[in-house]
Amino acid sequence: MYDITVIGAGVIGGMIARELAKYELKICIVEREGDVAMGATRANSAIVHAGFDAAEGSLKARFNVRGSEMMEKVAEELGVKYKRNGSLVIGFCEEDLKTLKALEERGNKNGVRGLRIVSGEELFKIEPNLSKNVRYALYAPTGAIVCPYELTVAAIGNAMDNGADLKLDFEVTDIRKTDDGYDVISSGETVRTRYVINAAGLYSDRIAAMTGDSSFSVHPRRGEYILLDKECGSLVNTTVFRTPSKMGKGILISPTVDGNLLLGPTSEDMTDKEDRKTTAKGFEKVIKEAAEDVDGIPFNKVITSFCGLRAVGSTGDFIINSPFANFINVAGIESPGLTSAPAIAEYIVGLLEKNGAKLSRKKEHNPIRRPMHYFREASFEEKNEIIKRDKAFGRIVCRCEEVTEGEILEAIRTNPRPRDLDGVKRRTRAQMGRCQGGFCSPYIVELLAREMNIPYEEVTKFGGNSRVNLARTKGEA
Amino acid sequence: MTELVIIGGGPAGMSAAIAAYEAGIRDVLIIERDEALGGILQQCIHNGFGLHKFGEELTGPEYAWRYEKRVRELGIAFKLGTMVLDISKDKVITATNPEDGMFRIEARAIILAMGCRERSKGALNIAGTRPAGIYSAGTAQKYVNMKGYLPGKEIVILGSGDIGLIMARRMTLEGAKVKMVCELMPFSSGLARNIEQCLNDFDIPLKLSHTVVEIHGKERVEGVTIARVDENRKPIEETREFVPCDTLLLSVGLIPENELSKKIGVKLSPITGGAEVDEKRQTSVPGVFACGNVLHVHDLVDFVSEEAEIAGRAAAEYIMEEVAEMQEYVEIETDGRIRYTVPQKTLRGDDVTVFFRVGNVARNVKINVYSGERLVLTKRKSRVAPGEMESVVLSSEILESAKKLRFCLEEE
Repeated sequence: MYDITVIGAGVIGGMIARELAKYELKICIVEREGDVAMGATRANSAIVHAGFDAAEGSLKARFNVRGSEMMEKVAEELGVKYKRNGSLVIGFCEEDLKTLKALEERGNKNGVRGLRIVSGEELFKIEPNLSKNVRYALYAPTGAIVCPYELTVAAIGNAMDNGADLKLDFEVTDIRKTDDGYDVISSGETVRTRYVINAAGLYSDRIAAMTGDSSFSVHPRRGEYILLDKECGSLVNTTVFRTPSKMGKGILISPTVDGNLLLGPTSEDMTDKEDRKTTAKGFEKVIKEAAEDVDGIPFNKVITSFCGLRAVGSTGDFIINSPFANFINVAGIESPGLTSAPAIAEYIVGLLEKNGAKLSRKKEHNPIRRPMHYFREASFEEKNEIIKRDKAFGRIVCRCEEVTEGEILEAIRTNPRPRDLDGVKRRTRAQMGRCQGGFCSPYIVELLAREMNIPYEEVTKFGGNSRVNLARTKGEA
Repeated sequence: MTELVIIGGGPAGMSAAIAAYEAGIRDVLIIERDEALGGILQQCIHNGFGLHKFGEELTGPEYAWRYEKRVRELGIAFKLGTMVLDISKDKVITATNPEDGMFRIEARAIILAMGCRERSKGALNIAGTRPAGIYSAGTAQKYVNMKGYLPGKEIVILGSGDIGLIMARRMTLEGAKVKMVCELMPFSSGLARNIEQCLNDFDIPLKLSHTVVEIHGKERVEGVTIARVDENRKPIEETREFVPCDTLLLSVGLIPENELSKKIGVKLSPITGGAEVDEKRQTSVPGVFACGNVLHVHDLVDFVSEEAEIAGRAAAEYIMEEVAEMQEYVEIETDGRIRYTVPQKTLRGDDVTVFFRVGNVARNVKINVYSGERLVLTKRKSRVAPGEMESVVLSSEILESAKKLRFCLEEE
């Protein structure tokens, strides 16, 4: 029997599991997909927000500001790339300036440090490539960027290193109350647990309803993004937002921690929780707005576009509560959810104690995880030491991102283990460069088949029926 | 210090190495990232290579072997499985492989022969889902020809580049059903002979002025929506049509792979994506030469080999310091209808063959070369197309009196 079962292996479930793994608890994370970080965590703006957006007194404001303070240390412990690059909310007119001042004031009330309005020479010094039509900006020096799936893989890996279990392909079909907790049921397996933490993202309303809590609903909001080649990441230094208006928040332009340039998202309320299609309309909108905000974006350097679904709760704020004993909802975690994740995890510890959980710190707990990118960042001499021990680190598999066989094999053997091409991509960046796996994917398929001891043609892109090859050309095909 | 380092052991790199060796350079090293020499020819198991160069039809591996054999006979050094990570402006090469680890080599001259890569799906922005079953044609070729697996059974191909055409035939021969090849332009960018032998011979329809506007399927491709495009290449809404398939192959262009060239500081042409070079295929950095598909994408490997010989000999001259005194170059411009030339500039002295491509199909045209206002050369063509590289020879007399030459495509 588990003490805690976390439903959902996104950034919220992952950070909660990692936090709870510091205590003497038997923890299980269940996830319906074949890998972690497959929902909203997979495709979002990758921003650590400063915290001036959310209304004063809201959970969003509270966890945003606290999460923003915590993120640097969390990222360091987990060996995850993090960069405090600052953010700018840009304004084009007097009307925008009024909004910026209101945002500044709200940010001050929320406890965001260092906010100030900049204009003229100072503004263009911070961001030389802004459109000349930009007149003002709210500068938030605490704004930062982090890679959401890297953070989640590392958080869950760290939880597993400290004893947590992860069950993939575990789609919860029912939850039943027992004498001392709950049975969390899937088609194949039932997990007995004392406490349930519902961090099921878009499906958290469905999970809550299984226990009889129908106090909220969650709907998807589509956001389409465009990612540009690593050549382009230095076009902006900060994350550039537009002044929010009646027309919405607009798109952002941001470098990523890996040096790409990210543009997006669009914002469209939907009903279908699975519809991650990109559209011609969305692509045009992102390009048009981005070109209005920043000069010289080389749109011929687009390497991919994608669509994420944000989990928008029906209350307008994060939904974090305990409707029944031993059952905790962490739902509706839309933006600034990534930023808030460490702060929410910290808060959940308190909420569990209120629910009567007896928490005592583990004596042997290791909060540190070796960075997945340690080899990439090693010096010439250090790399040679590593290659001497393991020749696979001398063999470059992904030429665009310069990822070695050693790094890929290590990723495949490290918790949470990837089982498909996309899983390897999110962990190592192999296939994520300008050729998008054209050269290296046949070789990575081979490594996966070998490591997992499955036939070559059984290797998938992202689990399920997403097989890369359908048959052998010779022999028993 | 190594006298000559060649980056890439494909057809360009091997041919350049042999030419440099034969011109007297013994200290040559080829660095190849793959586990074998030959480059992309290894997976081009169809025939049609070598007609121009050897007067016979060879398969890709056969063509490559002619050069590899010579490389081995001459004892030219090569390192396989070795990836060049960086080249500094003073020609220090940083590379890695499993045996040597990370290492540096200083070169007196460098020949860039890294080839090209395929344009990926991301660059196209096709709307819809992101399932398994979308491959560039070359990736599918690797799965089928090198690994022995079939990436799909019901295929739609977008783009009529040569690899796409070759793969239409290959997939058909391997038992897959190729439903159609869609081409955005009103003409194919592939060779006429490939359209005949790979599509027409197998009754595979080529839909010109058509593109894929949406991809369907959650886990594996379940179909694509195609549409006819108007003269501005915009899809026409009423012509949208769903085509069931499990695979979409892309053959939508090749991009010279010049990331290393940028690190050395070589000036690149925005049109070819490769280096700007003179008639010796020397780049803007003295002692750094480029040839093959890393310079500009070729139709035939035979021409790659010839271009590489020029670069190999020139690198040898550079190393032996037989470089002519400083002279002024004759610059070569184009009118836009001719998209680019290689070389982009040349010294005077010898006859120089200039290669070029046009931007659009045209019939009954003249290639006119002007020196100032004066027409110095005319070549008549009954048909020109972007998919077929053209050339003219500039005689030493023309060059002697010219400062700048302008290549124009004009109607008869």
